[in-house]
Amino acid sequence: MRAAVITFPGSNCDEDLQWALTEISGIPADLVAATATTLTGYDAVFLPGGFSYGDYLRSGAIARFSPIMTAVKKFAAAGGFVVGICNGFQILTEAGLLPGTLQWNTSLHFICAPAPLEIVNSDTPFTNAYPAGTTITLPIAHGQGNYYADPATLVALETNHQIIFRYTDNPNGSVHDIAGITNAAGNVLGMMPHPERAMETLLGSTDGRGVFQSLIHTMEGAGSNVAN
Amino acid sequence: MLQTELSPEQIQTTKPYRQWDMSDAEYDRFTALIGHLPTFTEVGLASGMWSEHCAYKYSKPVLRQFWTKNENVLMGPGEGAGVIRIGDGLAVVFKAESHNHPSAVEPYEGAATGVGGIIRDIFSIGAKPIAILDSLRFGELTDPRTRQLLDQIVAGIAGYGNAIGIPTVGGETAFDNAYARNPLVNAMCVGIMREDQLQKGRAAGIGNAILYVGAKTGRDGINGASFASGTFSDTEDADRAAVQVGDPFMEKLLTDACLKVTNEHQDALVGMQDMGAAGLVSSSAEMAAKADSGMALNLDLVPQREPDMTPFEIMLSESQERMLLCIAEGHEQEIIDIFAGYGLDAVVIGRVTPGHAYQLTHHGATVCDIPVSALTTDAPVYHQQSTMPVRLIAPADDFQPVITDMNAAWIELMNQPTMASKASLYQRYDAQVQTNTVVLPGSDAAVLRIKGTKRALALTTDSNGRYIYLDPYQGGAMTVAEAARNLVASGATPLGITDCLNYGDSTKPEVFFELEESAKGMTAATKVFNTPVISGNVSLYNETNGTPIYPTPMVGMVGLIEDCSTITTQEFKQADDLVYVVGQTRPDFNGSEIQKMITGSIGGRLAPIDLHVEKAHHDLVLAAIRTHLVTAAHDLSEGGLLAALAEMGLPKYIGAELQVDIPTSWLFAETPGRFLITVRPEHQAAFDDIMGDSARLLGRTVAAPQFTIQAPNRTFTTTIAALEKSWEDGIPCRMK
Repeated sequence: MRAAVITFPGSNCDEDLQWALTEISGIPADLVAATATTLTGYDAVFLPGGFSYGDYLRSGAIARFSPIMTAVKKFAAAGGFVVGICNGFQILTEAGLLPGTLQWNTSLHFICAPAPLEIVNSDTPFTNAYPAGTTITLPIAHGQGNYYADPATLVALETNHQIIFRYTDNPNGSVHDIAGITNAAGNVLGMMPHPERAMETLLGSTDGRGVFQSLIHTMEGAGSNVAN
Repeated sequence: MLQTELSPEQIQTTKPYRQWDMSDAEYDRFTALIGHLPTFTEVGLASGMWSEHCAYKYSKPVLRQFWTKNENVLMGPGEGAGVIRIGDGLAVVFKAESHNHPSAVEPYEGAATGVGGIIRDIFSIGAKPIAILDSLRFGELTDPRTRQLLDQIVAGIAGYGNAIGIPTVGGETAFDNAYARNPLVNAMCVGIMREDQLQKGRAAGIGNAILYVGAKTGRDGINGASFASGTFSDTEDADRAAVQVGDPFMEKLLTDACLKVTNEHQDALVGMQDMGAAGLVSSSAEMAAKADSGMALNLDLVPQREPDMTPFEIMLSESQERMLLCIAEGHEQEIIDIFAGYGLDAVVIGRVTPGHAYQLTHHGATVCDIPVSALTTDAPVYHQQSTMPVRLIAPADDFQPVITDMNAAWIELMNQPTMASKASLYQRYDAQVQTNTVVLPGSDAAVLRIKGTKRALALTTDSNGRYIYLDPYQGGAMTVAEAARNLVASGATPLGITDCLNYGDSTKPEVFFELEESAKGMTAATKVFNTPVISGNVSLYNETNGTPIYPTPMVGMVGLIEDCSTITTQEFKQADDLVYVVGQTRPDFNGSEIQKMITGSIGGRLAPIDLHVEKAHHDLVLAAIRTHLVTAAHDLSEGGLLAALAEMGLPKYIGAELQVDIPTSWLFAETPGRFLITVRPEHQAAFDDIMGDSARLLGRTVAAPQFTIQAPNRTFTTTIAALEKSWEDGIPCRMK
């Protein structure tokens, strides 16, 4: 398994994600510039946190026009695993790869704090390493993490089990306490909390490792299917 | 707007330089140095370069007294930032800078650009910035203007630091009416580099290129250095144009591009410097001066955001996110291409020249032709008169609190804005990006691990204007001691300090006395703790309507933890740990939080600090921590023993039962040199062996979430829930 971490101008969690993938999870990961046009050779693509293009206009609004996003859309359409974290989630909604949008937190302030999360669906490529019903705590660090979608979209998200993470103590006003969702096909994940910041006991938590381990399990499973 | 340019003769008669805080005597000195009547541009450049902010003309005699070198210092004051060796071929780079005046006028942008400026100082040395700390002072939160300043200054720090991807990991925030219209905003940045990547701001080698990179130059912050060297009054409100506007996205690109040049193109890079105070003139003239070179710049080549800018405006603009590089001749395109890859302007605007002239051309005409030294090394230095303020000659009587209800007093103390939880402020800062932060904000010191090593750095900022107001010398020493104590409590050996010297108008002999004496106290302490001053800045003129702030030198200190397994935090870990206090408690209440709370003001004299006893305590505590005997350690400072005890018990709701042999009111005393420490019972003998008489056993931690304290005069019990509510409400309830 090999992962691509997209570096948009203004991304600032790209190296953290690369560290979490390569050094902690054992998944080789390359930083890929937003000007690149292909994702050939990668099994998973990560869109990192940060302030792509300064978050000017709206968070993620400019990043969706960068050349790499055409390749990301193609990669996702072919069933490839795409994970957007924080600003990456915002970019995925702006790009139309995930439904809904992310508004300013109800406090109108940036919030950096640990956020307890319920793993609502542990039967996904991103959460299968967590026992069902687990509560984990991951750091959040965002100003615009207040998820919103119209009622019909929310019904669809609930019915299709696309809500993956829910806040147990909603920090930002997200509808249905949503912290992370997948697309209908289940291969694109967007989440506001930062699993890559909860990978090491020294830094206080290893609750984030499951996201990466789940992908490894999933890929190994897929690999053996292909071999069979 | 500026008047149309005056001729040299008109300048001599109409004296426009007076509005830039340049005196007639300074004009005469400058004229003599350059050998002709200065042009409008020349005198404008001199006013910026000779401001206190750039020339340190009033503070230099004091700064020269600082102890700046030990065997680990690779670079001391005088460059963008200081550098200290930390082993494994690595070095830590750090500096602090004040942005008080801009923040008072335009709090969001003032604070944001303060952060931006100090970050540039760090990467200009070749270091990757890894942490930001902020030391803030405000008036009382009962004042609506203070509430607005607090909210907007925090927003500005967050807006810049969060976007650029450098964690804001620590600092301090305190409140006192002395800062009502003159808040202090001191930002410190810390970076890591390989020793062999050290860069200096030098323009050497005749024919080498002067490369301007980053944002375009606009009319923002024109002559901001002179602005920062004036005082405030209620009648002036036209200073906003002197405040710069920041763009953290641009700075992120600039940081990445400059580090790429430092890391991968060392053969092409001769020198690099931030365009900070006094913008293009200070960076270029200082780079030439440090290399003993001449320089010629063509101002038509400077990227400009607005039309029709004059040479004065171009040279003294403090537009943000700009750097000046000296590039070896022939390598220009190689470096320009790197910046182009980040979408940044990079333009050759001049060359290093033979001789020592500083020459500027604009629209084909020479607008400045003077010796480099006239702007730099030949700036005036004033030896100020020093007079002890009257308040120090006849201080008030010693304060002794009379407390009838310890429980109520403790709860009220934790609610004082200076004591209360700062979580509502620091949660607006991203403290974890870069995934190195081991100990988060809210502790004695922030701790960051260094990836790829077993090492970690501990970082703190400390200042206590109240102590220095009461006794500049002792207060200065105590500020350094407290910073060291914070680092030791986290398990770190202090390495060195940076400082921001925040004072009133030092042309007043009483203010200069405060500056001089506190610097002496700091110097004595830095020698005892082996923490040389490797960088810093000076902010004078912190006055409103003629009343100075408390003299408030801010000390930013960095320490080294050789082994991450010895990082120690302040919260109680479990019940049944033994609780020790290190150091003697005396009835030291002058300048204390309890004095402020009960009387509304401070007064009295400070008992002298015994630096050698304090240092001995630090060594013992570190020895105990490094033999893995200590489960928690916390420095005792504002609010005394009870404040520290509350902060240790709150996080995990672990209480304590303690017996003390002092009057209960002394539990609020602020005697320096003390720690609270917990130890597992099975390690009691080993701990006692190390500490000897320096540590006294007070009791043990308990599962019940309350503190019970027996003293000779009474016994009282206080619940953690009551303390916590009071502590957490302190700031949010006053911000509504």
